[in-house]
Amino acid sequence: MFKKIKLFWQAIRRLSGDDAYEQYLLHFAHHTTEHAEPLSQEEFFKQWQDKKWKGVKRCC
Amino acid sequence: MHKNLKIIIWVAVALLGASAISAIALNRGESISAMWFIAAAACVYAIAYRFYAAWIAASVLVIDETRATPAERLDNGRDFIPTNKWVVFGHHFAAIAGPGPLVGPTLAAQFGYLPGTLWILIGAVLGGAVQDMVTLFFSTRRNARSLGQMARDEIGPIGGAAALIGTFLIMIILIAVLGLVVVNAMKHSPWATSTVAATIPIAMLVGFYMRNFRPGRVLEASSLGVVLLLLAVVGGGWVDHQPSLRGLFDHEGLTLAWVIIGYGFAAAVMPVWLLLAPRDYLSTFVKLGTVTLLAIAIIVLQPHVHMPALTQFTDGSGPIFGGKLFPFVFITIACGAISGFHALIASGTTPKLLGNERDIRMIGYGAMLLESFVAIMAMIAATVLEPGVFFAINSPAGVVGKEAVDAIAKINSWGFAVSVEQMSQLAKDMGESSLFARTGGAPSLAVGMASIFGSAFGKGMLALWYHFAIMFEAIFILTTLDAGTRVGRFMLQDMLGNIWPKIGQTSWMPSVIFTSALVVAGWGYFLYIGVIDPNGGVNILWPLFGIANQMLAAIALCVATGILVKSGKLKYAWITGLPLVWLVIVTSTAAWQKIFSEDVRVGFLAAANDLAAKLAAGILPPEKALVAPQLIFNQQLDAYLTIFFVVVLWVVIIDTFRLIGSYLAGKPLLPITEVAHEPSRLVENWVRD
Repeated sequence: MFKKIKLFWQAIRRLSGDDAYEQYLLHFAHHTTEHAEPLSQEEFFKQWQDKKWKGVKRCC
Repeated sequence: MHKNLKIIIWVAVALLGASAISAIALNRGESISAMWFIAAAACVYAIAYRFYAAWIAASVLVIDETRATPAERLDNGRDFIPTNKWVVFGHHFAAIAGPGPLVGPTLAAQFGYLPGTLWILIGAVLGGAVQDMVTLFFSTRRNARSLGQMARDEIGPIGGAAALIGTFLIMIILIAVLGLVVVNAMKHSPWATSTVAATIPIAMLVGFYMRNFRPGRVLEASSLGVVLLLLAVVGGGWVDHQPSLRGLFDHEGLTLAWVIIGYGFAAAVMPVWLLLAPRDYLSTFVKLGTVTLLAIAIIVLQPHVHMPALTQFTDGSGPIFGGKLFPFVFITIACGAISGFHALIASGTTPKLLGNERDIRMIGYGAMLLESFVAIMAMIAATVLEPGVFFAINSPAGVVGKEAVDAIAKINSWGFAVSVEQMSQLAKDMGESSLFARTGGAPSLAVGMASIFGSAFGKGMLALWYHFAIMFEAIFILTTLDAGTRVGRFMLQDMLGNIWPKIGQTSWMPSVIFTSALVVAGWGYFLYIGVIDPNGGVNILWPLFGIANQMLAAIALCVATGILVKSGKLKYAWITGLPLVWLVIVTSTAAWQKIFSEDVRVGFLAAANDLAAKLAAGILPPEKALVAPQLIFNQQLDAYLTIFFVVVLWVVIIDTFRLIGSYLAGKPLLPITEVAHEPSRLVENWVRD
């Protein structure tokens, strides 16, 4: 039961983009070979949000 | 499960569905339980999803779950991310479900509940859901390319240009009609106006919270926003009772239209994080919450539908919009059954998140079924009202008369019982001064929802529920308005950038201001005319929007049919070909009638000529004579716009025919742009090897 609630909560966080930064850090750790620093949460959120709203995102 | 048991269950589902549909089709009694609608919808969706969609996925598209999707191959941790299928479903549904499926069925209820309900079911399972799924599949196989790019690559440059122009024009008409819906909901309603106004600073506060105060804490910020929105609904009631504040929010439609035009411009120029993004979070949460609540309320309370199955207005004399059942019920329902707009989300946006091709059926087909279900609920909410009340709210003053007594007399003469006292009591219950001539569908839907919710939570809450429903509709209509204006701006910058590259820079402020102003002027014009039109404007704008939207759907189906044929699947091309043929018949007939009909309530040119003759003869009342020249010009403009839509549509169709002809004749075609197969690393090894 507890596990299900946790899964549900994770799904909501993923859906809303609440955990986007954590996902980014994970991806960064796995995929970046050179020794670059990941973006700060604030900087990442700015880029993520601006990118999200280019193109058709909502319809009738 | 045992095979025979499965067969028995599916036979039972089919029988239940058939009896539910017979019940709603054959009912001629006083009223019918809404449960029959829910049962019919659930059975139709289940059978279509289990059999038709599964067959398309397996036999026509030949979905390959071992193939890597663009999200996997191009994974960059930002826009291309392989994502859990339920999360993708949520994103996709939140993107496709807008105000369309709420407004369309409400307006189409003037024909009775039956035609609209049948089309919402049939259109979705055979048309809309197929379009969404097939487009999602083709875009996934093409690195998540957009519909316009696919049209250009697979059919030719003409198809690509048509898709682009079609999208731009729909956007303009859509925003105008949605703006009009909000204006009509706020007209002389201090409660509604102050609540809707409060949503703007609330969204900004949420924007600041998640950008600066606690960066990235989307859920915290949104929860705060939703609580504030609910307080704004209660606060609006308080404002309504303060004589000093009341006047600040009590306005004519025209004033409100100018405010919305100004707001739309400001929202398009402002950075997204300040208004658009936070408002979208709020509207998504409120939308999903309200739709769920409505579904629970309908299932638990089982309200009765009072509208007859068919009304006399199938002959074309309806007060809400003119035109016969065929083709206008299809044009009016639009998004709840098939929406060309969805093809824009299903290509380009959703494929970037899709982790595996096997989820295409659930996301593409399934999300459209859910949208269709929202349309069914809107139909129920509109038809639980007494028909007399429904027509009193939705009939424009230009048709039934400005005075309550005249309107009631007219509606009674159609055979629908309603009285002046009943309407003023209803307005009082809902906390409004009047509910007459509140065209656009939002107020009657709000009354319907309030009466469904109210019967669960007591009549004292009716006014709160009504304004909650108005806030719920307004908030995501305004999100569509912001987002649409911004997309229109990007498209315009892109197009004009071909002529003057500098203007194509999306961050160059003079270009941003110039192109935003052009887009806002475009929809602002139609909104302005809609407000000054004594016939309500909705009767002109909604069919125009419907024609444009169905035209875009036809373009998407052309692209899909063309690709199917090119891929050597001619014998299966009917899955998109049949809905395409139907849409072309519907759209072309509707367009023909809107242009050439002699009936002044249907034909744009006939209306323009009629008004011009009356103006010349001097028989118009002075206030109408004042706006008549603008209305005449507008009707002519609408006629030309409709001609343009039809021409664009037929150009794409002929181009597709040319493609199919070349294929059959064995002539060279544009190459298929499908990306080569690459095995997925996300599925288990035994599947891959």
